[in-house]
Amino acid sequence: MWLIDLAPFVPFFIAALLALITRGWIRNLILLATPVLGGIHLWVDVSPGIVTAVSIMDYELILMRADRLSLLFGYIFHIAAFIAAIFALHVRDTTQTVSSLLYAGSALGAVFAGDLITLFIFWELLAISSVFLVWAGRSERAIHSGMRYLVIQVSSGMLLLAGALVQYYQTGSLAFDYIGLEGISGWLIFLAFGIKCAFPLLHTWLIDAYPEATPTGTVFLSVFTTKVAVYALARGFPGTELLVYIGAVMTCFPIFYAVIENDLRRVLAYSLINQLGFMVCGIGIGTALALNGTVAHAFSHILYKALLFMSMGAVLYRAGTIKATDLGGLYKSMPKTASLCIVGACSISAFPLFSGFVSKSMVMAAMIEESYDYLWLVLLFASAGVFHHAGIKIPYFAFFAHDSGIRTREAPLNMLIAMSIAAVLCVLIGSQPQYLYALLPWEVEYWPYDTTHVLSQLQLLLFSALAFVWLNKQGIYPPEMRAVNIDAEWLYRKLMPDTAHSIYCFMKKTGNRAENAFDSTLKDAAKSMISTRFGRFNLAASWPTGSMAFWLAVILGIFLLADAIH
Amino acid sequence: MNEPESEIVEKQHLFDNPRNVSLVIGSLYSVCILLFLLDFILHRHATNEWDGFAGFYALFGFTACVTLVLIAKQMRRILKRKENYYDVAD
Repeated sequence: MWLIDLAPFVPFFIAALLALITRGWIRNLILLATPVLGGIHLWVDVSPGIVTAVSIMDYELILMRADRLSLLFGYIFHIAAFIAAIFALHVRDTTQTVSSLLYAGSALGAVFAGDLITLFIFWELLAISSVFLVWAGRSERAIHSGMRYLVIQVSSGMLLLAGALVQYYQTGSLAFDYIGLEGISGWLIFLAFGIKCAFPLLHTWLIDAYPEATPTGTVFLSVFTTKVAVYALARGFPGTELLVYIGAVMTCFPIFYAVIENDLRRVLAYSLINQLGFMVCGIGIGTALALNGTVAHAFSHILYKALLFMSMGAVLYRAGTIKATDLGGLYKSMPKTASLCIVGACSISAFPLFSGFVSKSMVMAAMIEESYDYLWLVLLFASAGVFHHAGIKIPYFAFFAHDSGIRTREAPLNMLIAMSIAAVLCVLIGSQPQYLYALLPWEVEYWPYDTTHVLSQLQLLLFSALAFVWLNKQGIYPPEMRAVNIDAEWLYRKLMPDTAHSIYCFMKKTGNRAENAFDSTLKDAAKSMISTRFGRFNLAASWPTGSMAFWLAVILGIFLLADAIH
Repeated sequence: MNEPESEIVEKQHLFDNPRNVSLVIGSLYSVCILLFLLDFILHRHATNEWDGFAGFYALFGFTACVTLVLIAKQMRRILKRKENYYDVAD
């Protein structure tokens, strides 16, 4: 037992400080050692039930509340931070290194937060630290995109704070436990979580910002923000039925966009929302099996999503582009990256023996158990769809398809190591799920491997692949195009600015017209005045300041005189 | 001796040979047929009112993906814009 009450974010914040003043291998060592030591400490020393609080003035901030739910997220965040750190080991950019450490620390702070104020603090720190990973893209697009990202993320925090204060006013408690949708505070907090969890129409920041970040930054981004939101929803709103419907929409609408999207990292961003949909559904169902499914799916999702973002990051790093129109045939120069990407693709598609299979199926099974039969069909559709766009499209257009002629080198060693660790874990979780199941917060008997499940899943997936082949052979499959597809962000990136602009133009025009009309009337009046006999007198001309002062003095004098007489 | 030559003439990769491509597609076909037939051999217990009949998942997977792609293709008519659509400065 060593420092059992050390809140898990502390080592990351100290490491960020150290990374600021160190360079070279020492900094790399800090970057790697922090998640390893922090993770070991969490695993060995911290057991469920430990609570750490600090008092600030009269208020008690609960910095660490360790239970099986927060601990599981703590473990996976450490693992993911370690993998992402290896992937980013070649980066010589202090901004990125420091902000990624702060970002990982903030995510840990948020999942271990025991009260809403602590949660709010880390919620905002998540936003502020992560935006630098977007800005580190350093293109003009990245700067603008990061700004939009920051505004939306910070507003989410504001809603959270407002909700927390209303809750405090009404109940006198700021505890972060079950919240539910009763009252205004519940809705405010729900909306705050919903923004970070990329609910439909609130999701635009994700597809806007993630593809603009650096190749390594996106890996960090894909891990933390949305999964903190999933954790927060699982803590605050389990069994809220509305979430089942929201989740179902989240699984479906992004897959259509993903099919026609050209930027492969944006395809992954859409599929991230699709995967979050399964977790949100699980939270909405709220049974022990469903919640275990959500948490397990978050765990495996973090790994395979990071793996996919890493493989696309490696492609972007080597080939210099991530547009499907420009890529193809890269398996010739990057065979290892291609194979690792395929492992990620199999995992996200939930092939038996890969991680997605053992976690997504819990949510699906819970759905059937609770008689959401039609929504189960929707999720099944989304499962086929995710294989189509993430499982096939990503590896196919990047590494196979037509040969783009790009000849480059294999990804750097550190990237290959990071991807390999993630890939091994994907297969390990998929083939030996008992280890993950043992860590799940609720006690439920579940085993994914039986004839029915394996056979039905294989049929679903391979016939989806068949559809892809058939559509391609028939020439029906939509070709990749250099284009953007408008999404809900169109509202604030196009409609609102354009409307504002046209209103401005209209006002300006009307103003000018009115001014002209007024001006000409005035000039006409002046002209006619001058043309009369009064025009000879000074009254019609502009007066010098001196005469104004003189007449003012006269008027004041008259006033004084009148006052005295009065 | 072979070294300089391999630099000029790029080595043939796995899928440069059309036979390998057909091999992959052919094996996909055979696996699909096999999986479809297995539905009649192995017992797959129904989890709800639909998935009991043979070939449900196969049919669903195929139809779902074709529908997905066809709808997405139509969405392009409405949603597609030029690549610099949002970049146009006012």
